[in-house]
Amino acid sequence: MSAAGVPSVASRDARDRPALRPSPGRQLVRRWRERGIEAVLGIAAAGAVAGLLLILVFVFREALPVLFDPKVRGEAGLRAFLSTPVWQPVGDVPKYGIAPLLGGTFKVVVVAMLFATPLAVLAALFASEFATPRARETLKPAIEMLAGIPSVVLGFFALMVQASWLQALTGSSMRLNALNAGIALGLGVIPVIFTVCEDAMRAVPRSYREASLALGASRAQTAWHVTLPAAGAGVSAGVLLGLARAVGETMIVLMASGNAAIVSGSVFDSARTLSASIAAELAEVVVGSPHWAALFFLGALLFTVTFTLNVIAGAFVGRLRKRLAGG
Amino acid sequence: MSATLASGAASAPIERAARSHVADRGFTVLTGVCALLIVAMVAVLLGDVVWFGAPSVTWEFLSTAPRLGMTAGGIFPALFGTAALVVLMVVALVPFGVAAAVYLNEYARPDAAFTKAVRFSVNNLAGVPSIVYGLFGLGFFVQFVGRSLDRGLGLDVTWGQPALIWAALTLALLNLPVVIVTTEEALRAVPGEMREASLALGATRWQTVRHVLLPQAMPGVLTGAILSIARGAGEVAPILFTGAAYFLPYLPHSPADQFMELGYHVFVLATQSPDVEATRPLLYGTVLVLLLLTFSLNLAAILLRARLRARLSGRS
Repeated sequence: MSAAGVPSVASRDARDRPALRPSPGRQLVRRWRERGIEAVLGIAAAGAVAGLLLILVFVFREALPVLFDPKVRGEAGLRAFLSTPVWQPVGDVPKYGIAPLLGGTFKVVVVAMLFATPLAVLAALFASEFATPRARETLKPAIEMLAGIPSVVLGFFALMVQASWLQALTGSSMRLNALNAGIALGLGVIPVIFTVCEDAMRAVPRSYREASLALGASRAQTAWHVTLPAAGAGVSAGVLLGLARAVGETMIVLMASGNAAIVSGSVFDSARTLSASIAAELAEVVVGSPHWAALFFLGALLFTVTFTLNVIAGAFVGRLRKRLAGG
Repeated sequence: MSATLASGAASAPIERAARSHVADRGFTVLTGVCALLIVAMVAVLLGDVVWFGAPSVTWEFLSTAPRLGMTAGGIFPALFGTAALVVLMVVALVPFGVAAAVYLNEYARPDAAFTKAVRFSVNNLAGVPSIVYGLFGLGFFVQFVGRSLDRGLGLDVTWGQPALIWAALTLALLNLPVVIVTTEEALRAVPGEMREASLALGATRWQTVRHVLLPQAMPGVLTGAILSIARGAGEVAPILFTGAAYFLPYLPHSPADQFMELGYHVFVLATQSPDVEATRPLLYGTVLVLLLLTFSLNLAAILLRARLRARLSGRS
């Protein structure tokens, strides 16, 4: 990228010019070296842009045959995606209905968010409003530890331990089901929501709380009616980021959900998500086949959804910053 | 609040206040219970892993390869593969990430379109699902870069297949935001006077970065590197198709080889075992080792960062 701030160098040099000047020749060498270094650093920064663009290009490129390649489209085109409720890509007559995958993803993610959101938001409120320093010193490292647990370990726990407990508790016939996966996924999402919410709540100026308390409100009323609304944009951002994480998370659902691609509204039935389908199937797929394109299409779908959620969350964070800075 | 404003029978406000006091307590307790529940769930999970995993973790477990269809033996190849993976990742990632952070914090004009584009990309790279990184690694590194290399060098399939190097590069991109953000945080924490003093002494911008800012920001860079290793060691989805193998009878000896990895080994033991009961101790042992690894790395990063912050707040 050529916009690496080059035009400003000359004026900066003039401002920063030392009192003892080296000879003009050395000065010239020095200036060019500085420019070269700035360009190299700028290229590294451009690498982040390039990375995101490459992800976009290479995931969508492999997914495009679903829309445009007549050979692929016949077997795994949009019509095939929508016309059958069966996802059965391996078989004599492959079927690529994505309804069970969308339904499965929806089910697991809803369970996860219903489980994680109240817990994380209220715990964040506790940490920022009510907790004694000692309670906070217990809660925050616990959250940090939870955030540090690899998702494959959460999946392992849900598969080996939690599933049996839940089955004993609910008496469901399937040991691995959407409820089990959703709760494990919720565990993975809690740190995301908690961290963003708590940051936002702590950023609410003390004067807000003091004003509320001075008007006779209790601490609980202040927390619910003052802090929470003031941090509202941050809480929304946290929930959206958590949602994005839940939609894209793979290993937990792959291990804990049972992975049966069935259309069902019950959380006690097994579910197969978009992400888990990619993880479970891609390794055995022929490069460039309709199945391959279909799985990349699912990936492109995941990318689009999470990207949108992240952008909206980013807008919320920006609004929060502006509001608290202005207030 | 409205309780004190309510009129009516003389006792009503008092009753209301009492009721709202109960509601207040209830709400406070509820938030505390939520916090407690989270702590309890973490404790139960860790307790379970430590309790059932600890007996399996012996020197033999750490130093030998799996045997008998992975129902006996140890995890040495997975440890070795994980180490090789994160070393390659860090070598590719840290110089890149630090350079980008230096540019963003020291050179870029905050309101330039390019700067905004970079920041937008960094933020959104952090939100891309890890399985999409896996797809990308397969589509870009393995299929595109690898195949092109093979064609260009006139080789049989050497680079155009899942391999250590491609998994490491995929993880490097995934962790790029981690390193950029932590390095930037450290650079921002260096007081402006130090830059001014250096420039006033006649140092150029780059000399200032090289000899004043980077040494000051070193703990931040290190924090980013450690955090990215902790994350890299535990991520499984991005390496599923880019290089990890179920089982290999030999250790990888070139970046073009496949490898075994701890997180992936947990997945394999948990879901692909022919004999669940025989595998259980090994599985628990592997999970414990993986957790110890990521926790000690995260702890090191937290301590390092705390020291950095304490030093900086002590100064101001």
